[in-house]
Amino acid sequence: MAVDFTLNGKRTSFDVPADKPLLWVLREDAGLPGTKFGCGAGLCGACTVHLDGAAVRSCITPVGSIGGQSVVTIEAVAQTDPGRRVSGAWNKLDVPQCGYCQAGQIMSATALLSQTPRPDEEEIDAAMWGNLCRCSTYVRIREALKKAAAGGESNAVQVRG
Amino acid sequence: MKSAVLSRRNFITASLLAGGGLLFDFSMPIAAAVPGGQAQHLGAFIRVLPGNRFVIGGKNAEIGQGAKTSLPMMIAEEFDVDWSQVSVEQTHADQTLFGAQSAGGSRTTPREWLPMRQAGAAARAMLVAAAAQKWNVPVDGLTTAAGVINERKSGRAMTYAEAAPSAAQISPPGLATLKLKDPAQFRIIGQSIPGVDTPAIVAGKPLFGIDVSLPGMLHAVLETCSAVGGRFIAANLDEVRALPGIMHVLKIEGDGEAESLLDGVAILSKSWWSANQAREALKVQWDTSAQESFSTSRYADQAAAALTGEAHAEIVSKGDAESAFAAAARVVEARYEYPFLAHGTLEPQNATALFRDGAIEIWAPTQNPEAGRALVGRALGLAPEKIRINLTRVGGGFGRRLMNDYMVQAAAIAAQVPGVPVKLLYNRQDEFRRDFFRPAGWHRLAAALDTSGRVTAWRDHFVTFGRGGKPARAADMPASIVPASLLENVVLEQSLIETNLPTGWLRAPGSNALAFVTQGFLDEVAQAAGKDLPTLMIEMLGTPRLIEGEGRGPALATGRARGVIEKVLAMAHWGGREPLPPGRGRGFAFYFSHAGYFAEVVELTVTDAQIGDMEVWVAGDVGNQIVNPLNALHQVQGSVIDGLGQALAGQKITQVDGAVEQTNFDGHPFQRIDATPRIHVEFVRTDNDPTGLGEPALPPVIPALVNAIHSATGKRVRSLPVDLSA
Repeated sequence: MAVDFTLNGKRTSFDVPADKPLLWVLREDAGLPGTKFGCGAGLCGACTVHLDGAAVRSCITPVGSIGGQSVVTIEAVAQTDPGRRVSGAWNKLDVPQCGYCQAGQIMSATALLSQTPRPDEEEIDAAMWGNLCRCSTYVRIREALKKAAAGGESNAVQVRG
Repeated sequence: MKSAVLSRRNFITASLLAGGGLLFDFSMPIAAAVPGGQAQHLGAFIRVLPGNRFVIGGKNAEIGQGAKTSLPMMIAEEFDVDWSQVSVEQTHADQTLFGAQSAGGSRTTPREWLPMRQAGAAARAMLVAAAAQKWNVPVDGLTTAAGVINERKSGRAMTYAEAAPSAAQISPPGLATLKLKDPAQFRIIGQSIPGVDTPAIVAGKPLFGIDVSLPGMLHAVLETCSAVGGRFIAANLDEVRALPGIMHVLKIEGDGEAESLLDGVAILSKSWWSANQAREALKVQWDTSAQESFSTSRYADQAAAALTGEAHAEIVSKGDAESAFAAAARVVEARYEYPFLAHGTLEPQNATALFRDGAIEIWAPTQNPEAGRALVGRALGLAPEKIRINLTRVGGGFGRRLMNDYMVQAAAIAAQVPGVPVKLLYNRQDEFRRDFFRPAGWHRLAAALDTSGRVTAWRDHFVTFGRGGKPARAADMPASIVPASLLENVVLEQSLIETNLPTGWLRAPGSNALAFVTQGFLDEVAQAAGKDLPTLMIEMLGTPRLIEGEGRGPALATGRARGVIEKVLAMAHWGGREPLPPGRGRGFAFYFSHAGYFAEVVELTVTDAQIGDMEVWVAGDVGNQIVNPLNALHQVQGSVIDGLGQALAGQKITQVDGAVEQTNFDGHPFQRIDATPRIHVEFVRTDNDPTGLGEPALPPVIPALVNAIHSATGKRVRSLPVDLSA
């Protein structure tokens, strides 16, 4: 079936089964592999995207359920002000280790700051609890979130790669 | 693969690149290892670009341990350029060009510390020689900085890019003539440098194996028996073939080895999701007669029986333990046990393969590419040079991707559809079904104390998994384990029981379990002797000396061990603190693994069987140079939380009828952000070459934790995972 929604600011339409999870529409049909597959059951948060500004697990979100809504992924999140601050802080503090979970971490962190501009440690832990980091970069995730909340770094540190 | 024939001194080649650059390609002859004058390369490349920028090859698999940044740092240091002039490019897998490219055993840093710096120094020497020739001056009068060659006397300068064209004509320097920097002159090594891929990760760029995309590529899933090793009998393959969107349904003939190929059914589609959905319709009949008797409860019964009887074999026996136990003033005894564990890499196993014209190209996130090449070659009957392996970034290793089963599986599937690229991707249930688990183990321990509270003898009967008298992969106990290596009267024994579960290396293999057993039990022994564990450890370590390791294992320097113990005690104010309030406890542990010395203190509060307010102090000795302090801190923080998770998160693989019961992260949880303690890390610098940091900080945190729980509650944790409700 044809599913219409807004993807990273652009109206878009995909002819895919309604029960296909948004994650796989993003990765396979929209050509946006930044959103990651981890568990397929909403248990690890690697697939987190924004649906009308809220963090959702795209691996358990049937694309047929999101008609008309706005989806933002890691590829475009830095175009928003909180997203830019979060991405800048993530670069500045060198948060990633293997890096596989970090798209999801950044999406959850940005959704948190959008709703709670100055989260305390408990609010950070509650918002980020669903995002598993197998390398355990949690010390820096907390620090980077606080840095982004405080205004953070508006520019990513210049690193070659 | 090319294998260059080079003279002894000719270990570097320089060639002009189309478009105006210079490619340095380094090689070093290892005459003893390679007959006929064939040379093995030093393992690096540097590309000099016209704008005086430099591309350095990152040759090792990057699993989050930081090698893609740290090895190029070593090269750039001696090449004498600014890090801002450098970009890093991942190489493909080719051991004749790059030497070892594996990520395992915390071996990368010690192995590459010298050759990477030699590579940079050799390239620099050629550029300087080219400038000297051009100016017609001796090289002695020339210096370098930030990729520029300067003549002190005249003030003349030439960039590396300007010198590059004539450097191609310079004959390479001999290794022996290369002078490496005094560490006091280091400008890159020792600096905190962010990971080279960090900006791309933050931007969501495709870097990982799962992100590989090729024109016309099909996606594959692989169904195997839930009881590992079950044989294929029959399946409704035609029914699945008829499903919409399904391109191929292929029977995969196993070779009976989990690390290679197990019997299975592959489903191929243009969409991975469609292929994975089709598994619901797939009905396979499996023969599990050889697997169904294996279960967690059977292992427990077998282990209990084995521990009450005679051990099957001796690991080591020295001195006269029997007499020492007979003469002991006191004997302390206890049993310890721990479960199977899964790796849970967040990026599921995957590999992309394209088979055509009798050759195969593979894209894979692997920790051990050459082992994969050998397995693929054997499974497909291909010569090594017919297999090209491209390395992607790896979404978590932890030892899981030292095994290359997923690479062989992808290759076997691709070989059935020549000319079509195929990406095999596991789902999370496959991950738990086809892991190579950290083996469970059971220990019966005894220590003898004399009247002065010294340990005079040590005995450990270890029940582990194996067959035919040989422990399974990662299921052995080294004879050189501490404290056995420090004591005179020792008996270490083992008994083997069988399992159908494939076992494998999990970060700090062996040590992640044996540290818990030995340092947990030693805390009991210390208490019985009326002292604390650090005091007992320092006493047993004795005067500074070297104790040889087993086989090729590193020797234990008792002075370095003592150094980190004293350091962590000072950091945590171990001796000079006010008494802790009720419910608060403090535990210590030391462990030596992967050539790294780590002493750790955990402090925590236990309230209503809940652990809270945790603080961890870590002192480590990995030599005289921390290559990248930022990444070093990250590795230690990650190791500490990872280790705490093994004990506290509820991790435990259980088995019924030959099949693993856990299928996702809810059944085998890993630490979440709220379980993050305050972690203090310091390094003790000793005059030793740097060693690796991916693993050695992990093992001691588990016994430090359980010893802290005992200090807080009086309760001994002798079984993992920790369950304080019992």
